[in-house]
Amino acid sequence: MAQTTEAPVAPPPRADERVGQKSTLARLFARPEAGAIAGAIVIYLFFFIIAPPFRNASSFSTTLYVTSTYGLMATPVALLMIGGEFDLSAGVAVTSSALCASLFSYEFTTNAWVGVVVALALSLLIGFINGWVVVKTGIPSFLVTLGMFFMLQGLNLALTQTITNQVASPDISTLQGFGSAQKVFASSFTIGGVNVRITVVYWIVWVIIATWILLRTRVGNWIFAVGGSAPSARAVGVPVAKMKIGLFMAVGFMAWFTGMHTLFQFNTIQSGQGVGNEFVYIIAAVVGGCLLTGGYGSAVGAAIGALIFGMVNQGIVYAGWNPYWFTFFVGALLLGAILLNTYIRRRAEASV
Amino acid sequence: MSTPQETPAPPARNGKGGPPLVRLVDAGKRYGAVIALQDINMEVSAGEVTCVLGDNGAGKSTLIKIIAGLHQPSSGTYEVEGTPVSFSSPREALERGIATVYQDLAVVPLMPVWRNFFLGNEVNKGPRMDIPAMKKMCKDELLAMGIDLRDVDQPIGTLSGGERQCVAISRAVHFGAKVLILDEPTAALGVKQSGVVLKYIIQARERGLGVIFITHNPHHAYPVGDRFLLLNRGKSIGYYEKNQVTRDELTGLMAGGAELEQLSHELESAGGAAAEVGRSLEQDVTELGIVHETEGGTSTGAATAATQQEGSSRP
Repeated sequence: MAQTTEAPVAPPPRADERVGQKSTLARLFARPEAGAIAGAIVIYLFFFIIAPPFRNASSFSTTLYVTSTYGLMATPVALLMIGGEFDLSAGVAVTSSALCASLFSYEFTTNAWVGVVVALALSLLIGFINGWVVVKTGIPSFLVTLGMFFMLQGLNLALTQTITNQVASPDISTLQGFGSAQKVFASSFTIGGVNVRITVVYWIVWVIIATWILLRTRVGNWIFAVGGSAPSARAVGVPVAKMKIGLFMAVGFMAWFTGMHTLFQFNTIQSGQGVGNEFVYIIAAVVGGCLLTGGYGSAVGAAIGALIFGMVNQGIVYAGWNPYWFTFFVGALLLGAILLNTYIRRRAEASV
Repeated sequence: MSTPQETPAPPARNGKGGPPLVRLVDAGKRYGAVIALQDINMEVSAGEVTCVLGDNGAGKSTLIKIIAGLHQPSSGTYEVEGTPVSFSSPREALERGIATVYQDLAVVPLMPVWRNFFLGNEVNKGPRMDIPAMKKMCKDELLAMGIDLRDVDQPIGTLSGGERQCVAISRAVHFGAKVLILDEPTAALGVKQSGVVLKYIIQARERGLGVIFITHNPHHAYPVGDRFLLLNRGKSIGYYEKNQVTRDELTGLMAGGAELEQLSHELESAGGAAAEVGRSLEQDVTELGIVHETEGGTSTGAATAATQQEGSSRP
């Protein structure tokens, strides 16, 4: 190993004349999530000023709840994007998982937890298939997961219709185990008079875990590497295929988690819901500084991207505007974020 | 089929006496009907630099891929430290201490230098990486190779081409490479940067590594090389020890005497400025002492005398 013994006497440390003094601000702006933080502050102030109800702690808690339902999925989607891949099926996969748990435990009259476990297996399988096909064929994940998206959408609608003769899954709140599952996936608690949903806690915990994995562990190093340059990663022995499949399965896992929350929050699932959410997750990740081409980004950024979403989503309501403005805002945010990120990255990468 | 000329071998460094670290005997590679490489004999020992020279399409890349474990030779044998091997992946070759530094494959541009340095070989402390230790090791190892980096936290894409090569080389050295395969490390570099890379090649040799240096530039190969394998169209057109060949002969062989002469004739007949270039080329040909062979076979030149080492070159 280290053959440092032959090292010549290290020259005395000296200030390198090639390093220009970087201001703290410049350093801050070199981080992937910098643009998102700036954007979040602007949007918060904007709605704070024009929408008085937005200022309440309780409405901010609601905003955080909406944020967390997006943010839970945006986290693994961001990791996947850093790993250089896309998942367009992520939105409907949430619904698939929820429908699976609901229909399974209802039709076979099992404990609700049995359905939960079956749904987990299904979600991981969907992630695995996505990843496996992408890795084995080399077909862009955009196309593979687009196919999966339509397949799942069709299955959601068709199977629900076939099994229940309705467009929604039956109410499972009477099943055994429902109460405990609801406690785990969809409870809430009160801090200082403000009602906080448990998904907010889960979301923050997952963001912390994801950030820790990305920045402090070998797996994180590998995620950046497979997204930044898969051939290089392969050349130094990184198991590229396993990493990518694993990332798709992480998205599957979180789709299950989010699906379980939706199910135990509302007791029943509309078979057509979830369509379009995949874009929300991807946009949150991009707004948070993830590059579409992979190899760059952060989980914290995606969380802030989701927060921007949540704030706009709720801010429009509190401001009393027509909710149709929401999608316009989303598009504008995406475009603005991409422009800002491109600019920041060029500056960050610019040689000294 | 071993080369019996062990006697005039370069002065003993470490590892002398044992079998060469890497040896190819009559190795060849076919892709279907295409013969990419045929009857190649070469070796590299510890503390030696073996240069593989050849123009585009000569079979250099195929040769690297065989040695690096990406492909298996379809004929002949590949020996590592005296025992025949058959690698099924680069990982296996790496485990035997054979590391390849590719021209551009070696690094992930957006990742910091230290992350690139340890990619695939991270130092762990419990479940997480020992980042301060890794940064320090990276910095120290680069300093040991004489590379004084501004900041190991900068994306490696911001380094110059030469610096990037050097990071990749020192990474391979740090992780216990015994044999270093360098794929045209100087190809895309300027004069000064090339010099820097050559310096690191010598440093790696002094550390007792065997280096396989692939290049098409004899001016880069000659000063650092101990052995020279010349390839043309998938065949060996010469395998020399340093004392058997001069730089000019090497250049002449590389340039492919007959082809160069023909090119000069073509240019001359084109007239005008091209003729000027042609005449100057012809002069080079004469100066290098390249003998034109009429039977259209391989053009060995003035170096013919030195060629025909038993079994090591096949006209």
